[in-house]
Amino acid sequence: MSFLGWFLLTPLAAFLLLLLLPREQEKTIRVAALALSLAIFGLSLGLLAGEPRETDLAWIPELNIRYHVAVDGLSIWLILLTTLLTPISILISWKYIDRRVKEFHAFLLLLEFGVLGVFAAMDLFLFYVYWEVGLVPMYFLIGIWGHDRRIYAAVKFFLYTMAASVLMLASIIYVYQRAGTFDYPAILAMLASGKLTFTSLEQTLLFLAFFVAFAVKVPLFPLHTWLPDAHVEAPTAGSVMLASVLLKLGTYGILRFCLPMFPTAARENAGWIAVLAIVGIVYGALVAMVQPNVKKLVAYSSVSHLGFVILGIFSFNQQGFDGAVYQMLNHGVSTGALFMLVGYLYERRHSLEIQDYGGVSTPAPWLSTVFLITTLASIGLPTLNNFVGEFLVLQGAAQADFRWAVFAATGVILSACYMLWMYQRTFYGETPEKVTHQMTDLNGREWAAILPLLALMVWMGTAAETFLPRISAANRLILQQTTVNVPFNVQTPAPRPDVAAKEIADAR
Amino acid sequence: MNLFYTATDHFVLSPAIQLAFWGCAILLLDTWLIPDPRKRRWLVPIFVLPAIVLTAIALGKQHAYLVSEGAREISAFNGALTVDGFALFFNWVFLISTLIVSIVSYRYLEIEGEHHGEYYGLILLANCGMFFLATGTDLVTLFVGLELMALCFYVMVGFLRGERRSNEAALKYLILGAFSSALLVYGFSLFYGMAGATKLSVIVKAMQGRDPWDPVLFLAMATTSVGLLFKISAAPFHMWAPDAYEGAPTTTTAYLSVASKAASIAFLLRIFLGPLDVARPAWEPLLAGVAILTMTVGNFAAITQTNVKRLLAYSSISHAGYMLLGLIAGNDTGLKGIAVYVLVYTFMNLGAFLVVIALRRQNIIGEDVADLAGLAKRHPGYALLMLVFLLSLAGIPPTAGFLGKYYIFLSLVETGHYVLAVIGTLYVAVAIYYYFRIVRSMYLDEAAADTAPLASTVGLRFAVGVSGLLTLCIGIYPEPFLRLAHTSLLK
Repeated sequence: MSFLGWFLLTPLAAFLLLLLLPREQEKTIRVAALALSLAIFGLSLGLLAGEPRETDLAWIPELNIRYHVAVDGLSIWLILLTTLLTPISILISWKYIDRRVKEFHAFLLLLEFGVLGVFAAMDLFLFYVYWEVGLVPMYFLIGIWGHDRRIYAAVKFFLYTMAASVLMLASIIYVYQRAGTFDYPAILAMLASGKLTFTSLEQTLLFLAFFVAFAVKVPLFPLHTWLPDAHVEAPTAGSVMLASVLLKLGTYGILRFCLPMFPTAARENAGWIAVLAIVGIVYGALVAMVQPNVKKLVAYSSVSHLGFVILGIFSFNQQGFDGAVYQMLNHGVSTGALFMLVGYLYERRHSLEIQDYGGVSTPAPWLSTVFLITTLASIGLPTLNNFVGEFLVLQGAAQADFRWAVFAATGVILSACYMLWMYQRTFYGETPEKVTHQMTDLNGREWAAILPLLALMVWMGTAAETFLPRISAANRLILQQTTVNVPFNVQTPAPRPDVAAKEIADAR
Repeated sequence: MNLFYTATDHFVLSPAIQLAFWGCAILLLDTWLIPDPRKRRWLVPIFVLPAIVLTAIALGKQHAYLVSEGAREISAFNGALTVDGFALFFNWVFLISTLIVSIVSYRYLEIEGEHHGEYYGLILLANCGMFFLATGTDLVTLFVGLELMALCFYVMVGFLRGERRSNEAALKYLILGAFSSALLVYGFSLFYGMAGATKLSVIVKAMQGRDPWDPVLFLAMATTSVGLLFKISAAPFHMWAPDAYEGAPTTTTAYLSVASKAASIAFLLRIFLGPLDVARPAWEPLLAGVAILTMTVGNFAAITQTNVKRLLAYSSISHAGYMLLGLIAGNDTGLKGIAVYVLVYTFMNLGAFLVVIALRRQNIIGEDVADLAGLAKRHPGYALLMLVFLLSLAGIPPTAGFLGKYYIFLSLVETGHYVLAVIGTLYVAVAIYYYFRIVRSMYLDEAAADTAPLASTVGLRFAVGVSGLLTLCIGIYPEPFLRLAHTSLLK
């Protein structure tokens, strides 16, 4: 078993280790969880350099199921994002989570285990197993440590995602029945060589079964209704993990599985999906604008931002794909940071209603500054991260259909409206007495949690070259796979051969 | 034709001899041989141990013989009993259930105030009946085995003499059970009429080439099916199950839901893949309808239950539906799937009932979903194991239950029953809803005022732990268990 194979098991080991600790020693548990998750993050950095990044072992030979995991340019950054956000989530929960501490950290690590597995699984059965493993801890994170309506939100979250994914299981079994293997690269090779073909009806049905499972997770309008509830009710760390990592499972799944396996159906259905994505962008933004609850506002902004990702994917060109993947990371960083900051506010004022705030910048100038940077990143200010992703997505969308880009661009403008308006009402204006009393500035722990994300916002906004080459190389392959078996040829700007070669070499 | 009791006969019969001998011995000890009631209390249950060990040795010898000789089967009593992989597989399952149920019964019956030694005798005799259901290849043997098992259960369900729920459950079970047995035996008489023999192998030969829609065969099929479907509690013959499950002592409920169901499934497979195989075109759509109805009734009725035992009763009805789907697919994967399903179902369902048993304490009934509130805080270990059992019952990976369902779905897709596969997967989502009502109560709801310690004994902890461990193990590393299931294929 190579490094990657072992690495993916480390969160599980950490989870088991944590279970052994006595539940009364809360401090020890927090420190252990933080140390373990930081160690996992350190190990994950090794994936950037480590060779080989693939493990392929027999797991259940009787059923032809393998422990096949691999990392490529598409998944590497998502894995790093996950491993980075886990210690951050532990840090921000240091004070916030004050009951059932052991269970909380155990579930967080189990969640990390499931999510990392989803990003690396190259065996459809294994993928489904990991997919479900991540669900249960999230249910508890929302249901135990959430706010007043936590149980309703947790059940809704669980049922939505579960109901959508059972049909994916049926489809996976069907694909296995046709292909004789769960091994994803092998299936793709069979599709490419024409050994395995799906009829048009098969493709459409299978595509839809997979797509709905992923779309609920994204969430794509109109399947998004679980998201605001889950976000508002979840504890801060739950919101951060949900927004930054769990939503990406959906978009990752579409890009990794839906498109390459069922290219014809994906292209045939691209039209209405893109329209839904645009509706989601605009609708999410408009609903966000009228929210009196700041967490709900950020939640709806997620619906809007994820619409961009879907739009980029279904533009079917290099820029669209690159932008979509980059936007996944951006959203993970900036919306994750926003939820953290909202959590900071809540810990001080114990309210999520915007009207309970005002003039926060006077008692807490640093908090306001950090919040402003994050806000600006979220609305896509150039030199900050979201700008790059949104720009690429819009460019890709414009190539596919110019009207898409026009409508989607309104989302960018609207996002500036709702975010800045929220910022203005919360941080400027008169300072009520209560706010003055309760608002203290950031402390060292809070700085430590937010700084890595701030650094990433600037880094990703100014030096996209660090990230994009690997992403593009992976996307180029996916684009190629979606072009096979397709009756019409898609216009993609030919990559400059020298650059392409270098990128592929880098990605390896 | 061999008229004498041969060594082979004895070899094949030996597990049943042990079970029957010790079962009767316990009855005698309890009523006659140990006069002092205080000694009886703890002395009688101990005798279950040699019974199980000796039965296991007898089964082990048969197993070793089959493996070492490479033989497919050992036939005895001129073909009335056949030991093959199928029989052995099910016999192991029965014996494990018997062991676990015996371990946990002592304390439970004490609390109920109905601790009598005959309970253990009945358990062993019921297991003896199950042995004949899995091993019998003759209609008469099978029927006698069925009745032996059923009679023991009628008594065990009504074991709480002072409680009306229990009495009512026993009476309902008895009357409906007798009715279904009558139908079954009527079907058997038709087989005898058609084939002139009661041996399955002879009947199979006689049935060959018969038109699947032959009216006599159809009548035989219909009546036999009703009897068999009643035993596995498939809709629309499931009415007895919720009442019997709720009223019976929980240890009996656990045993009834697991071992009796497994035995009836073995019986059902012997009949449907034997004499009724020719009539497949006739019974396949019929069973498909029954399976869908069973899953529908089981899953939707479970949603509204507030009593955990009743909820698990409906869930066990829906599990019967899934097992039937494997028979409908009918290929190797499907039959192996049923075996895997029976195996994992044994552990997860027993486990869930064991937790309910732990909740029954002096003056506390502990069967309501609300009674589990806050269990995660008070008894994190039990709550975690219950979570594993419920996840497994719902079919969420990486637990064993997922594997069982996966096999069934795979077999359906392989044989082109796509609609059934889709319906089956969709019901998984429904099932999650009601299983998670229990999870929610354990983990999310505030603790009830209940602070009494659980009725947890070393035996109970051991039994729950083993069930939980196996439920996880089969899910994470199923290879050896799948091989075992493979040996149970009935050709």
